[in-house]
Amino acid sequence: MDDIQLKKSATPYDAIIVGSGAGGGMAGYVLAHAGLKVLMLEAGPFFDPKTDSMQLKWPYESPRRGASTNTRNFGDFDGAFGGWELDGEPYTTKDKTEFYWFRSRMLGGRTNHWGRISLRMGPDDFKGHHIDGLTDDWPITYDEVKPFYDNVDRMIGVYGTVENLPNEPDGIFLPPPKPRLNELFIMKGAAKAGVKVIPGRGSVLTEALPGNKDRGACFFCGQCGRSCKVYGDFSSSSCLVIPAMKTGNLKVISNAMVREVLTDKNGLATGVSYVSKDDMQEYQASAKIVILGASACESARLLLNSKSSAHPGGLANSSGVVGKYLHDSTGASAGGWLPQLQDRKRYNEDGTGSIHIYGPWVYDNKKLNFPRGYHIEFGGGLGMPEYGFGWGMEGLNGTVPGRDGKKKEAGGFGASLKDDYRRFYGVEFGMAGRGTAIARADNYCEIDPNVVDKFGIPVLRFHYTWSDYEINQAKHMQDTFQHIMHEMGAVAWPSPGADTSYGLEAPGRIIHEVGTVRMGDDPKTSALNKFNQAHDCKNLFVVDAGPFVQQGDKNATWTILALSMRTAEYILAQRNKLNV
Amino acid sequence: MNRRESLKAIGLGTLSATAFLESCKPKGEKLAEDTNTQNGPDDEVGRLPTEVERDKKLKEEKFFNPHEMATITVLGDIIIPKDARSGSASDAKVPEFIEFIVKDMPEHKTPMRGGLRWLDVQCLNRYGKSFVDVSSGQQIEMVTEIAYPAKAKPGMQQGVAFFNLMRNLTATGFFTTKMGIEDLGYVGNSPNQWKGVPIDVLKQYGMEDMA
Repeated sequence: MDDIQLKKSATPYDAIIVGSGAGGGMAGYVLAHAGLKVLMLEAGPFFDPKTDSMQLKWPYESPRRGASTNTRNFGDFDGAFGGWELDGEPYTTKDKTEFYWFRSRMLGGRTNHWGRISLRMGPDDFKGHHIDGLTDDWPITYDEVKPFYDNVDRMIGVYGTVENLPNEPDGIFLPPPKPRLNELFIMKGAAKAGVKVIPGRGSVLTEALPGNKDRGACFFCGQCGRSCKVYGDFSSSSCLVIPAMKTGNLKVISNAMVREVLTDKNGLATGVSYVSKDDMQEYQASAKIVILGASACESARLLLNSKSSAHPGGLANSSGVVGKYLHDSTGASAGGWLPQLQDRKRYNEDGTGSIHIYGPWVYDNKKLNFPRGYHIEFGGGLGMPEYGFGWGMEGLNGTVPGRDGKKKEAGGFGASLKDDYRRFYGVEFGMAGRGTAIARADNYCEIDPNVVDKFGIPVLRFHYTWSDYEINQAKHMQDTFQHIMHEMGAVAWPSPGADTSYGLEAPGRIIHEVGTVRMGDDPKTSALNKFNQAHDCKNLFVVDAGPFVQQGDKNATWTILALSMRTAEYILAQRNKLNV
Repeated sequence: MNRRESLKAIGLGTLSATAFLESCKPKGEKLAEDTNTQNGPDDEVGRLPTEVERDKKLKEEKFFNPHEMATITVLGDIIIPKDARSGSASDAKVPEFIEFIVKDMPEHKTPMRGGLRWLDVQCLNRYGKSFVDVSSGQQIEMVTEIAYPAKAKPGMQQGVAFFNLMRNLTATGFFTTKMGIEDLGYVGNSPNQWKGVPIDVLKQYGMEDMA
């Protein structure tokens, strides 16, 4: 083996940003445009959707017809490298915890494949303690964050409609895509069931974005999950990092796996150390400010691994809260099919790759046996066939009359079976609840004292349980789904029962994990102040979902973007005071 | 209409079309400032080196022997035969897809290999020959015993499970080919403008007031 060398960078940067996802990307964008010299370290390869996306490929261009693999958990054409397990980078669990951690090491991180569902958290999501006495309030209100949400809307673009709902704040919207046929049936059924359904909210450019000359408008292939070659949707790579590089002020080093944040004897951050996956050498880079945007759990891991005499319990962790209050959204789903749509007319129904309609939470929890709400994401239609198409016909084709009006025997083979695949094409739909899980100190990640990854970096160990609140919420989701499907005149797939906690997904599965480096006014109970600045280390900031005190049912990305922008502007305003 | 023409036809802005066209450039025109090192041959674009290597290895491996492949071919064409609208499973190279997918998803290996053998032993006991060698009438007679889960006789359940898997793999393999997609009438995966459900379809389902 070659000798390992430690290489120190000669020039100090104004700021080092760890991670290139929504949080890191936004901080880099704002700081580089303001003229700061910024170094961004990304643990995976460079990725530009323009050249690297697999958009518009056909299923037969994949030998597995688009099926998922252990390096593409969401299908062979998906825009995310990585997945639930990374080779040589384990994580562990304890106390029979089932927790899944999705990591995507690449420029832009998980924003290359995310669902583009872009919801603002509402006033009651930031300050919800008065409702039920549960969880701590954020140290900031919706009104303080609103101007930043507005700026994110203008800068990145989001479609939706103004609805004036109490805890579902409106934004500055592009027109939403029209519902697909199956979604019209869902809307009709939901209306009868008393479930509110409104147009979706997604960061897809259904029209050209005013003032932006670098991004194309959506051309409706429905493949946002593969990342967009014309930058018609939001990925941090296409919309933030690559534009920031063009200023000449942001340098990206890819394949740079950060080991720890370095501090001086006064406890201030001086830079980071990292291992390059390209040459396996050890590097140190220095900067006046260090900003972590590595993802909630990865940033917690970095802080806990950055021990020094000034920070014996890990950096920014004199409170002991780093790693605690980990929470993912709840998730449960259902689906079925519409017999009335058999033999439906064909037309291009791809639409956008984000939601066309959704059901916001507008109900009173006082009458329910769980404390906070969930929203419902709907979908269905004449989608592109891929691996799994036609699966389970033996459960379908015996349930309704055939072309001759007579019921046929389920299963079969031959010309009549072949015809059934045509007849049943496009009849299916699905719905998925995404709900608030209560943040608790006893759901946490910590450093496993015994295990390191292939770079020798100590790994995370997870401890997590769902409470009755989340399980009762999942049951309510299933009951609601059944009610909607009944009113639609649909045939529902079998509904999960108590034995599976009503289909409640294991924590981590929804990939909205947040809360591990929470903000607060009290340094004894929080790691960061309300500007995402570490209480214990004034030139250290965290801009991913780590700072979340309590996530609403809203998907985290839009709030990460707004808070990262707010932090970057705070840094610019405070540079003199920070002496940087 | 190719991708470039269709982009023009739907009136994308000049800039977005330019960005898109650049991304479609053949590799020979790669710009000097393009620092991305991942771009390889066309089917490797956007793929990790480990993924390219894995697919290459899988394609080099062989799982089914010639007799098994012959049986899969006969079964596939019984499940999806040629008709007025499109070709058969083997016309769409479904057996080759099944060979690949069991190597990619090893959980299918034993149910497929064992199921094929189960079928041969059934035929050997009934007709004295393996499945591919009995008459087509006898093949249909045998398949009929395992193709209808609800009315299959006791003792046939393993055959039913195998045939369900075979039916699923055949259908998925067929309808994800160009031939199968055209048969199905999927007309997406191309740049367009989504204006909502066509008016005649809305009328058909009484949804005019919803859209």
